[in-house]
Amino acid sequence: MNTRLVKAQPADVLKDASMIKQKEMMAKHYDRLTDAPQTGAKVASTFVPGNLNELIMCFDLVNNLPEVNAIQSGLRRQSGAYIMEAERAGHSEDVCTYVKSDIGMMLKGNIGPNGKELPKPDVLLLSYTGCFTFLKWFELLREQYKCPTIFLQTPYMADGKVTPNMVQYMVKQLKETVIPTLEEVSGVKFDIDRLREYLKKSAQAEDDLVHILATGKNKPSPIDAYFGGIYYIGPIFGAFRGTDDAIDYYRFLREEVEARMAKGLGPVTPDGQMTEEKYRLVVEGPPNYTSFRQFWKMFYDEGATVVASSYTKVGGTYDYGFRHDPDRPLESLAEYCLGVYTNRSLPMRIDMLSDYINEYEADGLLINSIKSCNSFSAGQLLIMREVEKRTGKPAAFIETDLVDPRYFSAANVKNRLESYFQMVEQKRSGKGAAA
Amino acid sequence: MTKQPVSDIVARCEALYDDLSFSAAREWKEAEPGRKVIAYMPVYVPRELIHAAGMMPLGIMGGGDNLEVIHGDAYYQSYICRIPRSTIELGVSGRLDFVDGMLFPSICDVIRNLSGMWKMLFPDTYVKYFDVPQTYVDEIGGTFYTGEMRELLHDLEKIAGREITDDDIRASIEVYNENRRAVNELYALRAREPWKAPGSEAYLVLRAGLLLPVEEHTRLVREYVAAASAEDRPIKDNSRVILTGMFCEQPPLNLIKSLELSGCYIVDDDFVLVSRWLLGDVPTDGDPVHNLSQAFLHRSMSTAAKYEPDQEEKGQFLVRAVRDTGAEGVIFASTSFCDPALLDRPILQNVLKRADIPFIAFKYAENSGQMQPIREQAGTFVDSIKLWSAA
Repeated sequence: MNTRLVKAQPADVLKDASMIKQKEMMAKHYDRLTDAPQTGAKVASTFVPGNLNELIMCFDLVNNLPEVNAIQSGLRRQSGAYIMEAERAGHSEDVCTYVKSDIGMMLKGNIGPNGKELPKPDVLLLSYTGCFTFLKWFELLREQYKCPTIFLQTPYMADGKVTPNMVQYMVKQLKETVIPTLEEVSGVKFDIDRLREYLKKSAQAEDDLVHILATGKNKPSPIDAYFGGIYYIGPIFGAFRGTDDAIDYYRFLREEVEARMAKGLGPVTPDGQMTEEKYRLVVEGPPNYTSFRQFWKMFYDEGATVVASSYTKVGGTYDYGFRHDPDRPLESLAEYCLGVYTNRSLPMRIDMLSDYINEYEADGLLINSIKSCNSFSAGQLLIMREVEKRTGKPAAFIETDLVDPRYFSAANVKNRLESYFQMVEQKRSGKGAAA
Repeated sequence: MTKQPVSDIVARCEALYDDLSFSAAREWKEAEPGRKVIAYMPVYVPRELIHAAGMMPLGIMGGGDNLEVIHGDAYYQSYICRIPRSTIELGVSGRLDFVDGMLFPSICDVIRNLSGMWKMLFPDTYVKYFDVPQTYVDEIGGTFYTGEMRELLHDLEKIAGREITDDDIRASIEVYNENRRAVNELYALRAREPWKAPGSEAYLVLRAGLLLPVEEHTRLVREYVAAASAEDRPIKDNSRVILTGMFCEQPPLNLIKSLELSGCYIVDDDFVLVSRWLLGDVPTDGDPVHNLSQAFLHRSMSTAAKYEPDQEEKGQFLVRAVRDTGAEGVIFASTSFCDPALLDRPILQNVLKRADIPFIAFKYAENSGQMQPIREQAGTFVDSIKLWSAA
C-alpha cells in the first residue's frame, strides 16, 4: 500500500554548502544539455557505471545520463506517470523502472529537470558495464533516435580478477570502434594528450572523494555515506569527472567535511544537524528516489547514520585503490569500467561489505533490495546471510524500488527498520547471542 | 536398427525430462572410473570443448514444474524469475552432487550473479561464468572469445588431468555437427508437416539432448524423425505459429500441449537454444577454437540475450523465420521477470507490425500450472488468424 506523502518544500530543507554547490553544478549541466540545439554542442548519452566522461570530453560532446534523468524524475515525483506511460506503450510491469521512466519521459516530450526539452542524442555510447539491462535500454533508444550507437563491452569480473584478455579486449574496442566513431560523430580528432590531462584531473578529485568517504570511520561520522553520499558522488559519477569543477567541488567538500569532523559533528540532514549517532550502518543497494527525503528521515529520526555504502561505488571503487592513470590512458579507462561495484562478482561484493562493517565499525548491514535492479538484487539474500556470518553483526532486508512509487511502502519500510534497530540494541546488550 | 514406434521414443524422452535425479548422466559417469560431468545453463556454451575433454556436458534448465522448491525460494525475492531458485534447489537438495563443474553463460544479471552464489554454496565444484562477446568483429570480439575458450580449455584440462589436443576438439566438432544436422532435420520436418511432429514431442526430443551423451541423442533424434515421418497422423485445421522468448527458463510441457490443443501448430521456437545456436556446420579443418569463435560471431542465432549492432537487422530473424516456415503469427511467450525477453519484446513487436505479422504475448514460469487463460488467448489468436489473415 502506498502512503500519500507531503511534498517537501525547498524552504523546509536544510542543505550544507556543498550540497548547494552540487545542485548548482548539476543545474548548470542540464542547461548545457538543453541549450545544445542553440549552442551547436553535440550530445552523447551513456551510463553511470562505465562512464567514460574524460573520453567524451575529448570530442567536445556533452554527457547525458538517462539514469540520472530517471533519478531527477523520481525526486520530482514525475517518474510514476512516466513509468505508466511506458507501460501503456507496451513495456512490461516486470522490467527496470529506470528504463520505463526514461522511455515515458521521452514519450511525454523529454522535458528535463530544468523544465526545458532535452536534446536528442547524437550518439549512444553503450558502455555495457555491470548491468545487462543497459544493452536492451539503448537498443530501445536507438530504435527511437536512430542515431549511431557505439557498443563497449566490459567483461564481468566473475573470478575476482582482471585478466589481460579482458583489458586487451576493452582497449581494442576503444581504439578500433569507440574512438573512431566518436571522431566521426563529433568531427573532432582524438588527442591522447587531452585525454591524459583529463585523467590527471580525475585522479585528483578521486583522491578527495576517497578521503571524504573514509571519514565515515570517525565517531560520530561527519557524513551520511548513503543519503548524503548520493550528493557527493553526483559530480564525479556524472558529467564532471576530469574537470576543474570537480576538483574544486571535492576540495570544497573535503574541507567542509573535515571542519565538521574537527567539531565532532555528525551529518547534516534535511531537518538539520544530526545530534546523536545511535546506530552506524553499512547499506547495500540503491536508494528509493520517489520518497527520498521520507526514506532518509526514517534513519536520522532513529539516530542511524550510514557510514559506508555500496551504492556510492557503482561509479568506481576508488577506495580499493583505483585511480585514473594518465600514463596508461586507455588501459586505465578499461580498468575503471572493470572495477565498478556492479561488475564485481558476488563473492567480491561480500568481501567488500564485510570489510566495510569491520573497518567502519558498523553495527550491521542493511540491504535495500530494489525491485528494478537484478544486477544488484539477485543474490542479495545470500549476501546478507554470508556477511552476517562473517562479521557477527545483524543484517536486515527491506524492499523498495528506484523510481517507481508503487513499490515504496513507507509503513512496511519503517516497521522493518524499527525492528532492525531493536535487533541491533539486543545484539549490543548481548541478548542476541543468547537467542 | 530396430524401428521404434514414435510413442516409445517420446515416452523415453518424457521419462528423461521428468527425471530430476539425472540418472542417465549419473549412469554415464559411473560406467567408467574417472569420467566427469560438466553442467551448463542456458543459453549457449561450446559443448564441443567439454566433449573434447572426454567429459559429458549436462544441460540444466532449472527444475521445471515437477520440482518442489523448498530451499531455493529463500535465496530470491519474489520479483526474480524461477529458474535460479529451482536450480539452487537442485543443487542444495543434492541432485547435482555428481556434477564436477557448472558453467553459467553470459545471458542476464540473474544468471551472472548465480555464478557467484554457486561459488559460495558449492566451493568444491568448478564454477565458471562463461563470458561471450557482444561485439562481432574478428579482431576484437573474436580475439576475446578465443581467449575465453582457451581459458575454459585450460581449466578442463586440469579437471580431466590430460591435455586436450586440437584433434580432440575437431573430432568433437564433427560429433556436434552431426547432432546439429539431426536437430535441423527434426525442425525441418516439423515446419513442413507439423501434424507429424507436434511441438510437444519435438520439445521432449530436444530436451533429451541436454541429458544424454551427444552421440546417443543424435541417434534418438534420427529415430524420432524416421518414426514420426512414417506415422500416419491426421491434419488438423490449426494455425502455424512461431514461439519466441523461451530461450532461458523453459516452458512446462503442459504449456506447449495447451497451445497445440488451442489450435496452434508450432513450426519454430527458441527452446533449448544450445542445440541450434550455431547455424550450420562448424569447419573441422584448421584451428578448431578459431572455427568455433567464427561460428559464434557470424553464424549463430539471434536472441534477446545478444546485442544486435545493426538497427535494420534487429528483429529480422523473426520475420525470416515466419517466411521460411510459412508461419501465420508469432507468440511472444516470456518468462515473468525476464529482463532480456521483456525489454526486447516491444522492439520485436514493432518489427512484426511493420511486416504485417500478427502476434500475441503472455508470460509464464517454468512451473505455471493454470493453462486456461493461455489456452483461451491462444485460441482467440488462432481464430483471428483464420478469420482475418485469409481475407
